[in-house]
Parts: sequence; C-alpha cells; structure tokens
Amino acid sequence: MLGRTANGLFWMFRYLERAENTARLLEAGLRMALTRDVTTAQEEWRSVIATLGLQAQYEAANDGYDGISTWNFILRDKANPANVRAMFGAVRTNARLARIEISGDVWEAVNESWMKLDRMLSRPVGQGAVGEVVATIRRAGMRVHGALDGSMLRDEAYHFARAGTFVERGESTARILDMKYFLLLPSLSYVGSSLDTGQWDQVLRSVAGSRVYSWLNAGQIDARGIVEFLVLDDRFPRSLAFCRGAVSTNLAALARMNGAEVSCHELMLNADNIMKDLTVDDIFDRGLHEFLVDFMNRNAAIGDAIAEDYRFLA
Amino acid sequence: MAGKGSESASNFDEMKQPDGGVRPAYADYCGWLDEQDAAWLKRKSSEADDSFRRTGITFNVYGEDEAEERLIPFDMVPRIITAAEWRKLSRGIEQRVRALNSFLYDLYHRQEIIRAGRVPERLFRGNDAWLQNMVGFTPPGGIYTHIVGIDLVRTGPDEFFVLEDNARTPSGVSYMLENRETMMSMFPDLFSQVPVETVSNYPRRLARSLAASAPPGCAHGKGGKPRVAVLTPGIYNSAYFEHAFLADQMGAELVEGSDLRVIDGLVQMRTTRGYAPVDVLYRRVDDDYLDPLTFEPESVLGVPGIMDVYRAGKITIANAPGTGICDDKAIYSFMPEIVEFYTGEKPLLPNVQTWRCADDDSLAYVLDNLSDLVVKEVHGSGGYGMLIGPTASKKEIRTFRTKLEANPQNYIAQPTLSLSTCPIYTKKGLSPRHVDLRPFVLFSPDGIEITPGGLTRVALKKGSLVVNSSQGGGTKDTWVLKD
Repeated sequence: MLGRTANGLFWMFRYLERAENTARLLEAGLRMALTRDVTTAQEEWRSVIATLGLQAQYEAANDGYDGISTWNFILRDKANPANVRAMFGAVRTNARLARIEISGDVWEAVNESWMKLDRMLSRPVGQGAVGEVVATIRRAGMRVHGALDGSMLRDEAYHFARAGTFVERGESTARILDMKYFLLLPSLSYVGSSLDTGQWDQVLRSVAGSRVYSWLNAGQIDARGIVEFLVLDDRFPRSLAFCRGAVSTNLAALARMNGAEVSCHELMLNADNIMKDLTVDDIFDRGLHEFLVDFMNRNAAIGDAIAEDYRFLA
Repeated sequence: MAGKGSESASNFDEMKQPDGGVRPAYADYCGWLDEQDAAWLKRKSSEADDSFRRTGITFNVYGEDEAEERLIPFDMVPRIITAAEWRKLSRGIEQRVRALNSFLYDLYHRQEIIRAGRVPERLFRGNDAWLQNMVGFTPPGGIYTHIVGIDLVRTGPDEFFVLEDNARTPSGVSYMLENRETMMSMFPDLFSQVPVETVSNYPRRLARSLAASAPPGCAHGKGGKPRVAVLTPGIYNSAYFEHAFLADQMGAELVEGSDLRVIDGLVQMRTTRGYAPVDVLYRRVDDDYLDPLTFEPESVLGVPGIMDVYRAGKITIANAPGTGICDDKAIYSFMPEIVEFYTGEKPLLPNVQTWRCADDDSLAYVLDNLSDLVVKEVHGSGGYGMLIGPTASKKEIRTFRTKLEANPQNYIAQPTLSLSTCPIYTKKGLSPRHVDLRPFVLFSPDGIEITPGGLTRVALKKGSLVVNSSQGGGTKDTWVLKD
C-alpha cells in the first residue's frame, strides 16, 4: 500500500481514539462537577483542561472555569483548534484519504458518525445535551472499531490502524495519570478521605476503568492499586502494558508481512524490556512522574519511527 | 433545444405517447408503478438522499468559506431505453469513438485529413488542447481515447443526436453505478419484474481494459499483471469520490502526484515498502498539470519527468495527453467529415446542426438569429459561458452579441432543439423534465466496450434545458431493457 495512505489510516485511528478519550475525560469531569461544591467543580474543570494541555488557550479565551464554557471549548470552540468537532473532521478526512484501504462498513461507520456529530456540534452544547454528545462520541468509536474488527482483512492496513489506536491510547492513559500523579503518591497519603477517593475514582472513570477496578479490588481504592491497574494490568484494554503490548503485536505483524524489522521494532524491543517484570514498587522507587514521562517519550518515538520506516511522508 | 414552457405536445415524451398511452419501453415499469401506494413512494423519495449521504457520494462545491459537500439530486423514476434502441445507439457510438481515435492518431502524425482539405489547420494550431510533444509519438496499442463519454440528446422516436464528445477526462460514471445500487436497494421487486441490463461490471471491465492497454513488457503488479493506478488531484477535488470509488472497485491504487516519482526510467509510487513501478496511469488530472517539467511548471498535481517515461514507452497514460482537443466544439462541428474520412461510412449518429462563427456567412446568420439559438464557447464546458437565446433577456443577448462580435472564432451556435422529456417524481406526482444521456465507452487493444446504460442527467427545473449538476441538474438511473 501507499505510504501516504498508511499515514491516513494511522492518523484516522489516532484522531478517533483521541476524540473518544477526550469524551471520556469530559464525562468523568461532568460527574465530578455534579457531585461537588462550586469551588471543587471549578478546580475539576481546570484539571480537565490542563490534562488536555489546553490551559493557555482556554484562559486566553475565557474568564473562569465553569462547566458550559469548558465543555464547549473542548467540544467545538474555534479558539481551540484541537476541539472534538475538528478531531472528528480529521478522522473523516483521513478516512477519505485511505478510502480504498478501508472496508465499506468502516467508511460508513465513520461517515455516519461524522454526519451526526457535526450536526450536534454545529450549535453551542447546553446542559441538557452534553451527556448525549459525549455518549455519541463514545458510540462512534465503538462502531468504527466494531466495523474494523468485523470487516477488514488482517493485512497491512489493519495493523496500521491498530498501531495508531494503541499509540494514541497509551499516550492518553499516561497523560491522565501524570496529571494526577501527585494524588497517587503514597507519601502524600490521604487514604480514606472522601476527597481523594473521589479524585481517584475520577481517574479511573476517565479511562473507563472504575467499574472493573472495583470489581477486581472489592471496592478498595488506593494509590498502589490504581497505578498497578492502569500501568501493569495487561488484561485491562486501556492500561499502559496492554497498549504497549498491542502496538508490539501490530509491529511484529508488519515486520512479518514486509519480511524485515526496521527501526521502530528496535525501539519497541527496548520499550518492551522496560515493562518486563516491572513491579509497582519499581515505579514508585523510580518516581511515577519520571516513569510516565519516559513512557510517553518512548511512545512518541515509536510513532515517529513508524512514520519514517513505512514512508508515510515524501 | 426548446425554449420557455417547453413541455408542450411538440416535445418527445419518452414515457407517454401524445394520446396518453404508455410507450413500450415504459410499459412494465408503469405497470409496476400503478400498483404502488402513493404515500409509500413519497417516503421512498426522501430515503434516497439519506442513502447517498451515508455512502458519501458527494461532490465538493467551493463556497467563500470552506469546501462544502453537496449531493447531486437523484430522481427515482428510471430513464428507460429499449434493447433495439440501444443496439442502434451503440453502433453509432462505436463508430464515432473509432473515428475520434483515428483522428487523434492522424492529427499527431501525418495529418492526412488536413492535407485532404477536410478540416482546416487553424482548428488545432493555437488550440490550447493541442500538444506539440505528442507529435510523432504513438501511445501503447495506438489508443488515445481509453475512456470516452458521448453526450446524446433525443428529439423523437428515432432521432438521437450527439451533443458533445468527452474524451479529456469524462466523469460521472460513479453515478451510473451508484444510482443503480440505490434503485436496487429501494425497489428490489421492481428488478425482478423488469429485465434490465446490468451496469455493475463496469469497474471490472475498466480494470481489464486499462491493463490491456499497458505498454508491452510492463507488468509490475500482482500475479505478473500490469499495475494500474488512478491519479487524483486529491481529496479536495470535486470528483474525488469518483476517483476513490473507481480505484476501490477496480482494486487499483489511488495516487496523488506527490506519491509518484520517476526512478530508473519508470514512474514509481511510494509504498510502505519502498518505490514500486506503475504501468498504467488512469489520470483524472488535466494535461496541463501532468508534468511540471513539460507543461505547467507550478503544478504540484503531476509527476516531474512522466512525459519522458511515457515517450520511452514505459507507462500508459489514459487518456493519452493531447486527447482533450476532441472536446473542442469547433472540432465537434467537423465530426461528420471526420467520421466519414476515417471509417468510409456515413455517421450513424448525427451531430446537432452547428454554425461555426469563424465563418463569415454563419456569423451573419447567428447574429441575425441570436434569440432563437444556443451559442457556446468552443473551449467551454459545464454549461458555462453559453447563451440560450429563447430564454435570455434582451440585455443578456446584447451583452453576448458584443462578446461574439469581438471574438467570433471562439463560438459556435446551434438551434434550440426540442429535447425529449422523461418524468421526474415530484410531490404532486410525475412531471416531465428535459434529459440527456452520457453512455461510457472503454477502448483498449482488445476492442470497444459500451456499458448498456449511462448517466442520465435531468434538468430539475420545469422547462429548463440545463442539465449540468453544477447548475441544478439531477441524475436518474438509466435502464437498457433486455430483449
């Protein structure tokens, strides 16, 4: 397949994942804001904006952190070029670019989702509509992934799509954890206080892991448990270990199909070695923040190497 | 073409006879239609749009802000042609396409037709579509016009005329295919009751036809077959949907200029595994943008050096560069002579009577009769830059007269034909509208194939004669009945 088309596929799925992760973060923020007093709610919205790396842009365009301004900024505001509406536009543009490499089912899933979302986001989103918007974004992701799974040949195109998905997802989970790392350090232990339990629960909600974490840990929430779950539990599809393993599998498939390992495979091997036999104590000994920054750097380098190795750009 | 309020008894209605009886072509369809519930049909008509939007069959329109996507309106009443009518049409089309190809070969070689005094030299000297660097070069298999769309109009039971030849980069074939898909999913029972020739094998035929046109010894694709690629200007081009659609259906690559590079004397595309040669390029970019080294130096749509590879016989470009000269309306006016010169036969499909304003006598006639004529620019397309005398205001005619007098060789004129009508579905029931027809022709060393059907364009506005999608025209599914 063409390098340019592979680029389209890779980014189509990165943007799709980014839109979904943004929606989940927003959904967790919404829930948090509803169950807290005004000051805590504002702090929560500020934290959501900061996690998305949009603090400077947001504050240049808005006076304070209220819910309506925040979610409209994230979802559709032109002052934020990385708004979800634009992301979904990028999903569709890249799908058009890669049209001949995706199945009709995948294309229709993207196109119909885009039509619906673009209409929903063409006007400011009010209190009554935001829940439905967020749910629509999540469902769009599910539908496209479902179509991919059920209708695509497991060839190069599929593996570029999956690699894009998990490079993006790993980045997102790491960033959310990193933003909250100070809450998760055991040395700053507020175990048992309702604020912290709520904050930690919010972290889990942002990555759709709240229900499953409670189930695994019989409702006990603590910092070690959360870090262990989100970093090391390779059964959880949004954990760092799972994402890294998935990218590794996709790259191995590409190497098999192309008959050669290239520079991204070497970076992948080094990254895999770090995760091997890693314990939660190792992570806290080293420093959670340092660990996460290293993860994100390696993740970005792998993404760049894929683009370079497979000739995404002229 | 007809003037205002033209759906009079003088118009040929393709469905109904003057006495109100149904013509044979539409007998089965009307039988089916009579049994359908009116409310159900109304619901169906609004479903069609949704289905087109979902599949993304749109074309881009450039507004002031950003590119916006629109649908070409689809009408659910089919346009129907009998098997006997189609046989006659396809013979005429085949004759015309062979003549066009021979004409191009001659024009770029010995120019016998000019030496014989049948067409004047000025037709191509100074014509922008003429390519000097095609002179003396023979494209692989001697084929210039791999894909042609011939625009036909009808005025009576046996009266079909050619209105235009589209040999440059004819478009619209995706609508022929998707209109049929839409009709079949909307009205499956209809197709079990009326025997209609299939059009869905067009992409396979196109793939085969293009592969058969590859240069000898050039076969770099899967299974030792030639590798075919569709060259598109990119996702912002108005016809991008069609480019992607055809590439997808053919199993061909979809490339942009930036994907291609000349390496080791071959045109190669940048794949994830390195550069790989292309043997046949179905290009949907104009000649001017094909090779910045040879033509438009600023072009980013093309491939530097591709013309050298082409002239070395290492790639097929479809259609051949320099083919666009056939779309010129001044050349069109000589088609009866051209057909006769190369086939030795009378044209089976007549031209519309055409006055060349370059000739003094014709110009005088045209100036005297502007309010009755249709006047077109010789290089124009898409229904732009033309005057429709009978519907034009006095002021429009005055303005056009000035332009015509200043540059008469830039114009031809035709009578306003009484175009046939076919009904469309409206909220108030069926209502006749003017239609034309563009069948699609494939030409390779293996022969000529004409898909039974084509693109029917319909003027949706009552009385209008302009069927172009850029100006409010719609499309219909086109049926050729089986015997």
